[in-house]
Amino acid sequence: MAEITLKSLAHTYLAEPMGPEDYAIREMDHVWQQGGAYALLGPSGCGKSTLLNIISGLLQPSSGEVQFDGCNVNALPPEERNIAQVFQFPVVYDTMSVYDNLAFPLRNVKTPESRVHERVMEVADVLELTAQLKRKARNLTADEKQKVSMGRGLVREDVTAILFDEPLTVIDPQLKWKLRRKLKEIHRRFNITMVYVTHDQLEASTFADKIAVMYQGQVVQFGTPRELFERPSHTFVGYFIGSPGMNFLDVALRGEAVLAGDVSLPVSGALRDAIAGARSSNVKLGIRPEFIEVHADPVAGSVMADVEDAQDLGTYRILSLRLGEHVLKARVEEGRVVPRRTAHLRFPDNRLGLYVDDFRVEIGHE
Amino acid sequence: MSLILDNIDLVVGGATHIEGVNLELKPGSFNVLLGRTLAGKTTLMRLMAGLDTPTRGRVLMEGRDVTGVSVRHRNVSMVYQQFINYPGLSVYDNIASPLRLAKVERAEIDRRVRETAELLHIEHLLERSPLELSGGQQQRTAMGRALVKDADVILFDEPLVNLDYKLREELREELRTLFDERRCIAVYATTEPAEALALGGNTAVLHEGRLLQYGRTEDVYHRPVSRSSAEMFSEPPINMIRGLISGDEISFDRRAAFPLSDDLRSLPPGEYHFGVRPSHISLQPRADDDLAVEVSVELAEISGSETFLHVANDLFAMVVHLSGVHEFDVDQRITIHFPIHKVYAFDRHGDVVHVPSHLGGL
Amino acid sequence: MNKVYNNRAWLLILPMLLLVAFSAVIPLMTVVNYSVQDVFDAHTRFFTGTEWFEATLNDPALQAALLRQFAFSFTILAIEVPLGIGIALLMPKRGWRASVVMILVTLPLLIPWNVVGSIWQIFTRGDIGLMGWSLRELGYGYNITRSAVDAWATIVLMDVWHWTPLIALLCYSGLRSIPDAYYQAARIDRASRWAVFRYIQLPKLTNVLVIGVLLRFMHSFMIYAEPFVLTGGGPGSSTTFLSQSLTTMAIGQQDLGPSAAFSLIYFLIILLVCWVFYTAIMNLQKDKQEKGA
Repeated sequence: MAEITLKSLAHTYLAEPMGPEDYAIREMDHVWQQGGAYALLGPSGCGKSTLLNIISGLLQPSSGEVQFDGCNVNALPPEERNIAQVFQFPVVYDTMSVYDNLAFPLRNVKTPESRVHERVMEVADVLELTAQLKRKARNLTADEKQKVSMGRGLVREDVTAILFDEPLTVIDPQLKWKLRRKLKEIHRRFNITMVYVTHDQLEASTFADKIAVMYQGQVVQFGTPRELFERPSHTFVGYFIGSPGMNFLDVALRGEAVLAGDVSLPVSGALRDAIAGARSSNVKLGIRPEFIEVHADPVAGSVMADVEDAQDLGTYRILSLRLGEHVLKARVEEGRVVPRRTAHLRFPDNRLGLYVDDFRVEIGHE
Repeated sequence: MSLILDNIDLVVGGATHIEGVNLELKPGSFNVLLGRTLAGKTTLMRLMAGLDTPTRGRVLMEGRDVTGVSVRHRNVSMVYQQFINYPGLSVYDNIASPLRLAKVERAEIDRRVRETAELLHIEHLLERSPLELSGGQQQRTAMGRALVKDADVILFDEPLVNLDYKLREELREELRTLFDERRCIAVYATTEPAEALALGGNTAVLHEGRLLQYGRTEDVYHRPVSRSSAEMFSEPPINMIRGLISGDEISFDRRAAFPLSDDLRSLPPGEYHFGVRPSHISLQPRADDDLAVEVSVELAEISGSETFLHVANDLFAMVVHLSGVHEFDVDQRITIHFPIHKVYAFDRHGDVVHVPSHLGGL
Repeated sequence: MNKVYNNRAWLLILPMLLLVAFSAVIPLMTVVNYSVQDVFDAHTRFFTGTEWFEATLNDPALQAALLRQFAFSFTILAIEVPLGIGIALLMPKRGWRASVVMILVTLPLLIPWNVVGSIWQIFTRGDIGLMGWSLRELGYGYNITRSAVDAWATIVLMDVWHWTPLIALLCYSGLRSIPDAYYQAARIDRASRWAVFRYIQLPKLTNVLVIGVLLRFMHSFMIYAEPFVLTGGGPGSSTTFLSQSLTTMAIGQQDLGPSAAFSLIYFLIILLVCWVFYTAIMNLQKDKQEKGA
C-alpha cells in the first residue's frame, strides 16, 4: 500500500537537452494517493509511457524524485519496488499452466506452497480463471491472458500499486466492457493504488476516479471525468476530451464589445472584465458542442450563424455553424428542430470558459 | 460510373463467404459497408476490385460485365487498415507511383501529386520518407496514392482503425468533404456503426456474408428492415427484449405486465422482440407512457462527453446511452425510464413489424 | 482468400516439376531398382528381392558404423545445442559490437567441408600444427593416427567448431524476437536469471531449436568430407561413419546392389529419427488437458 509522489520530476532521452521541448517529461510534481484509481491520458508521444516506466523503475528519471510513502525509491530496481505492471500485449509464461503463472511471483520469493495455493485460488476466483487453472497459458484467449498477467500482480500481498499500460488494446470489443467492470471490482476489493495509461478517453474515464491529462510532457489537468468534460483547464483537454471536442473562439476586446473575428459576442460583464484583464493576445473562449443552445428564431443574447452542415448521428445531430471566421460544432438532440440556413446561438454564461495562453481562467459569475 | 453486384456468391473450399448479394452503387456515391469482423466486408471489396472472382453472379461496371477481368484492368484503388507505403520512396514518389506506372507526363504528375497532397494536408511532407511520419500522415500518404489516379472505384478497408480517435474524427470529416466533389464510387468498410453515421452517404449492412439492408445511411439506421440489421447498426447495441402481446397488455417474461400503448395496439397478439435504442432510455421520465424500471448498475462507461450505462435486473440486461458525464457506482440501484412509444417490434422471423411513430411508422 | 482462377499458372511450375523429377525422383528410383537386383555386368542381372537388405542389416561392420554414427550425432548435439544457446545469450543485442561478434561467430560457417578437414589436419599435426604441437609440448602424447580417442575427440571438436555457430545464430534470432515487455514483466515478478531463461527464453527458442537440431542431426548423420580428410576413417575403423562405409562399398568395391539397399536404409533411418523427434517435440507443446479432449 503506498502513496506515490513525484517530486520535481523531469526526464529527457537526450544527453544534452537544449530547451523544454527536448524533455519527454517536463518538470512536474504529482501525488497518486494510496488506494486511488487513476488514469494517465494523452495522445501518443505525450510522455505517458515514459512516466509509467519511471514509476515502475524500468527507467531512471533525469532529475527529481519518485517517492513511495515519502521514501525516495529512485535507486531501487523494479523488482524491489513492489509494483506490478500489466502491459499492452499480454505477457504470460507460455509453457506454464495458468496456476503456475499466478504462483510464479510468489514462488520467486520462496513463499510456502500452502500460502501460494491459497492466494492463487483466491485471485483465480476473483478473475474467474478457476476453470482454466490447469491449462497451459499459451492456449488462452487474449482476454484470459490479460487476466492472468493482471493476476500475477494481484497475488502478491506486498504489491503497493498496479500500473496498466493500455491493457485492453488486444481485447475483442464485445468483451472490453466486461473486463472494465472486472477492473473496477478488483480495485474496490483490493484497495490497491492503480494507474492506468491510455490514449482512449473511454478507457480512462470509465476506469479512473481521477484522470491526469498529459500533453507535451506535462500534466495539464488532474481531475474527475466530469471536471474534464465541464471545466477543462487547458485548451488541449477541451479538444481531446469529448467528440467532437470543445469549440474555441479567438476573442479580443474592442471598446465595450467582445469580438470573435468581426462578430460581437453578447457575454456577461464579469467575463468581459476578465478578458480586459488578460495580459496576452492569446485569448480564447471555449464552449462544448453539448452546451451551445441552437434556436431557429432570435432569443435574448443570441448571435446569428450560418448552418453549413448537419450530420445525423442517429439519435442526435452535429451542426457545423459558421460564425464569422470560426466554425462551431453544436449538438442537437433528436426531436429538436434543426434550423436549415441560419441559426441563433446562445452561449450560457456558466458554460463558457475563458482561456488565456491556453490555460483556463476562472471567473466569478454573479 | 456505376457498379453493380448481380446475385453474387463466393464459395471457397466448401465454405460460403458471400451469399446472394445484390448491390447497385450509383455514380459518385459514398458507400459504407458495415458489419462485424468476418461479416464479409473485405471479401466483398475484393470482389469489387477484381482480386477475387465470384463463384456465381456477375459484376458490372457501367453496364459492362467485368466479372472475370483482373484487378489490373479495372480502374480501382484500395486503402488498407495497415499503412502500406513504399518505405524506400519519398511521400512524393509514393503518391506519384500509380501515375508513373500509367506513364503519365511528368508535368502532369507533378501537378496532380501536389494537388492531392494539398487535399490531404501533407504538402509540406512531400520530401520526407513515410517511415518518418506519424500514423495519421502515413495513412494520408496511402490515401493520396489511391486518390491521385482518378480511379473509378476507391475502396477503403477500415483505414482509420489503427489511428487514435481524435485523428479518426478529423480524417473522417475530411473524407466526407473530399468525396462530395468526386465522381468516383467510394466504398468504405467499417465495424463501427458510429463511423457509418458520421460518414453519411449510403450504408450496406452485412452479416455472415449476406446483405441485410442497403439505403441512405439515416434511413437504414432509423428504419431497419430486420432485427439483425437493427442489431448490427447500433452502437452501443440496441436493447432487445422478448415480450408478449395479449389483449390490452404487453408482458415480459410472463411476469411484468403493462397496458398496451396506442402505438402498439395495431399489432396482432403474439410474441415479439422489442428493440429500444440505448439513447432513448432516460433517467427522468420524458413522456407519460414511459415505463419505470428498477435496475442496478453493472458499469458506467464514460467516454469524455458521453456515458454508457450497463444496467440489469432479473428480467433483462440493457445499455443506456446518456449525453454528458454521469458517475455511478458499480451495483448502484437506479430507476430508468423506458419509452414504449420509441420501440421497434420484430416478429418471430426477425422482420420488422413496427417502427416508432416519430420516425413515421412502417 | 482465393485468387482469380487461371489454369495457365500450372504451366509455370512445370519446369520445376521436371527438375525435381530429374534431380530427385529418377535417381531415387534408380537406387530402388538396384537395391533389389544383383548386377554382374551391363547385360546380366538377377532379381534378389530383400536379400541385399537382409545382408546389409546383418553386416557387423555396418552395424558398428551405425552405432558409431549415432554416438557421434548425439555427442555433437549434446555439446552444440547448449553451447550455441550459451553463445547466443552472451552475444551483444545491438550496436557495432553486435555486428562484429556476428561476423566472428559466422566465420566457420563460410568454410567448405573439405577445407575444414584440411585446416584441422594441419592444425592437429604434431610437427607444425598449433594444437598438435602444443599438446605434445604439454606432455600429452596426442596422435590422431594412432589413438582412437584422440581421433574421435578431434572430429567432435572440429564439428563443434564448425557448426555451433549455426545453432548460436538461430538462437540469437530467436532471442531477438522476444519483446522487452517479457523481460520487464519478469523483473517485476522478481524472477531469477535462471527462471527468465527457463520460462521466457527457452520456450521462445523451442521453434528455432527444433529446426537447428533437425538440421544438425541430418548433417552430422551424413558427415563425410571432414573425417575423410582428417583421419581417413581411422585409426582402424574407429572414425569410419556410415557415409564413408557406403562410399567404400559403392565406389571402391562397385557393390551396387548392397550399397543401394544400404542407401535406402540409411535414408529411412534419417527420416524416421527426424519424424520421431519432430512429433515428440510438437506433442510436448500441446496442452495435456486438450489432448484428452
